[in-house]
Amino acid sequence: MRINSINRRLLLKSGAVMGAGLAMPTIFTGRARAQDFCNNPTGSSVVLGFNVPQTGPYADEGADELRAYQLAVQHLNGEGDGGMLGTFKGSVLKGNGVLGKKVEFVTGDTQTKADAARASAKRMIERDGAIMVTGGSSSAVAVAVQALCQDTGIIFMSGLTHSNDTTGKDKKRNGFRHFFNAYMSGVAIAPVLGEAYGTDRKAYHLTADYTWGWTQEESIKNATEALGWSTVTAVRTPLGEADYSQYLTPVLNSGADVLILNHYGKDMINSLTQAVQFGLRDKQVDGRNFEIVVPLFSELMAQGAGDAIKGIYGTANWDWKLDNDGSKAFTKSFGQAYGQPPSQAAHTCYVQALLYANAVETAGTFDPAGVVEALEDFEFDGLGNGPTLYRAADHQCFKPVLVVQGKEEPTDKFDLLEVVKEVPAEEVTYDPAIFGGELGPVSTAC
Amino acid sequence: MDQIVLQLLNGLDKGGAYALIALGLTLVFGTLGVVNFAHGALFMLGAFCAVVVYQVLQIETVTIDPDRLTPWGSPMEIRTPLVQAWLGDFGGLLLEWAVPLSILVAIPVMLAIGLVMERGLIRHFYRRSHAEQILVTFGLAIVLQELVKAYFGANPIPVSAPAALTGSADVGAWLGLGSGVIYPWWRLTYLAFSVAIIAAVMLFLRFTTWGMVVRAGMEDRQTVGFLGIDIERRFTVVFGIATVIAGVAGVMYTPIVPPSYSMGMDFLVLSFVVVVVGGMGSVGGAVLAGFLLGILQSFAAMNEVKSIVPGIDQVIIYLIAVVVLLTRPRGLLGRRGVMER
Repeated sequence: MRINSINRRLLLKSGAVMGAGLAMPTIFTGRARAQDFCNNPTGSSVVLGFNVPQTGPYADEGADELRAYQLAVQHLNGEGDGGMLGTFKGSVLKGNGVLGKKVEFVTGDTQTKADAARASAKRMIERDGAIMVTGGSSSAVAVAVQALCQDTGIIFMSGLTHSNDTTGKDKKRNGFRHFFNAYMSGVAIAPVLGEAYGTDRKAYHLTADYTWGWTQEESIKNATEALGWSTVTAVRTPLGEADYSQYLTPVLNSGADVLILNHYGKDMINSLTQAVQFGLRDKQVDGRNFEIVVPLFSELMAQGAGDAIKGIYGTANWDWKLDNDGSKAFTKSFGQAYGQPPSQAAHTCYVQALLYANAVETAGTFDPAGVVEALEDFEFDGLGNGPTLYRAADHQCFKPVLVVQGKEEPTDKFDLLEVVKEVPAEEVTYDPAIFGGELGPVSTAC
Repeated sequence: MDQIVLQLLNGLDKGGAYALIALGLTLVFGTLGVVNFAHGALFMLGAFCAVVVYQVLQIETVTIDPDRLTPWGSPMEIRTPLVQAWLGDFGGLLLEWAVPLSILVAIPVMLAIGLVMERGLIRHFYRRSHAEQILVTFGLAIVLQELVKAYFGANPIPVSAPAALTGSADVGAWLGLGSGVIYPWWRLTYLAFSVAIIAAVMLFLRFTTWGMVVRAGMEDRQTVGFLGIDIERRFTVVFGIATVIAGVAGVMYTPIVPPSYSMGMDFLVLSFVVVVVGGMGSVGGAVLAGFLLGILQSFAAMNEVKSIVPGIDQVIIYLIAVVVLLTRPRGLLGRRGVMER
């Protein structure tokens, strides 16, 4: 009995030692030996990581982003009607996957929180072997995941992120943004506001308290003050706040005659509907109508806000009603697949997936170094926004910006926004130096 | 002056909501001695009663019109609301007043949920430690929350107030002040509703024999039991009442903030702070603390205040809790011997 137990113990011990010994070389060298850059796909398929908010204040956008990514994967693999693959000028994609490999995907929930987003991106990179991560509908998330991807040698194609920081002070060589930013919104919307409301208004800002809110507040403030407006005050509100009443009551007697809501997603739906409940749109200040401006909004938010959105000015990256071949093709395949038109979040994510695939195809490799080279200063057309440039200096896309307004008489629940102006790309282009930041070198190693 | 009145009104409005939720929490603690962390989830379930009623009244038949096309080329769907088709104008009226009507649905539903919860789960934890009670009720809250999320999704579902109550009232004109004091009708309704419910509960406990027995049981459960009264059973009913209060508070809150599965957790922390500041198990304390914290939070959000102490609006509630607990460890109206065994 005693001998038996010693034997068992010995067996276990030696087994453990042997196991550890066998595992050792693979722990230290396994990944490095098999590939010269992180997650180099060796099989017949390649995995993309779609990291979108499925819960939290931006969950609506996230759900639509995921729909778009799934459509993009189908189109890249040659399934469905091909969508914008047929209108994409500058494309070398063949509809047989990417570099002949079938595109597969994994998804993660960012929860609209930077730490959760990093954790799910890390899981997709380390466990699922994602070669590229894309998505996010919050600039705080985009900046955090972009930095993670830079550290792990993965390409990051950001989804809906509008902060100046994403391609400004926090820009990274491995990160790319197709969506426009707060600076462009300010430049585009200011002349329209001046024309509609005059040049001597007093603005009151309510701002979501994180990177996107701060940069949008700054950009809109600069643009409207250049117009002759003054800023009464700018109040920060926590992200994900549900009841804005204590922030809205001080607006009533502040002397301001314009309320600017630097909120997005559910935050904007709540703050705008509550502002309307507080009678702000029926209010008169010195004989003029009180106005509300939402510098960045989307069709999805308009649906959530209902009647409150009517007549409100804002800016958008894209709208499904735009009259060009790319937009029509995308709206058609998205509408047929899901029974509703795509949002601007869906559009930018679909485009980012195609642009990444095309860059890989052009470079002939999944190596981030080659992909970055192919995307920098890449000029393309037919993806819904007209001629577009991926600027090498900051990895920001330059294309026309839309100024939109909530429709007074919508014909159905999808026809809520009207494009009042298309501001050409030249007018919203800026010197990359104004926001600082360094792209740094491309990173490829895990 | 206008601004002060406005912030005060806003504080009362917030305070009413806090007090209403804290009321049930403190009632359950005072009677059963259970710290019910599932109370916020009950508030959320109440709100979803309104969502269900609203959705049932909006059930539509979908017919396909092959002659008309959507912009993306598939045939247009024609939707006809059923209730309105059957009942005509009355159906429209029902839909419009869906939120107040939901209270009628929420009362039996929440009562049933409360009784099942108490008999099926909470009862087994009376003699256990507070830590275990907190763990099991918190677990229950997460389960309820995830069930709602699985069925209704993660997004908030907008529910509208009756059109007659959607605008805002010129409170300034009533009080003889300037035109700057306007307040949304529905929020005023909510304030009146919470004051009415709180008053009803307090009067019920104070002036009915049934209420007197419950109060006696809160003081000394054993002696009341010796007198031949089945106090356990009354406490079960109290738990049911607390559930109903949380539920109807949730129903009435839906037009203010669109309900989502996580709304209960947001309120749980707040209402727990309210109960602690008011004094564990004290009904009057919870009401007092609810209004006090609501008003202070509202004033802390004023720009004049924030320019002196930046960020005060986010921490004021917890700051007050710390101060109260340091100076009056049992809370504002707390009694000796509660949670001190």
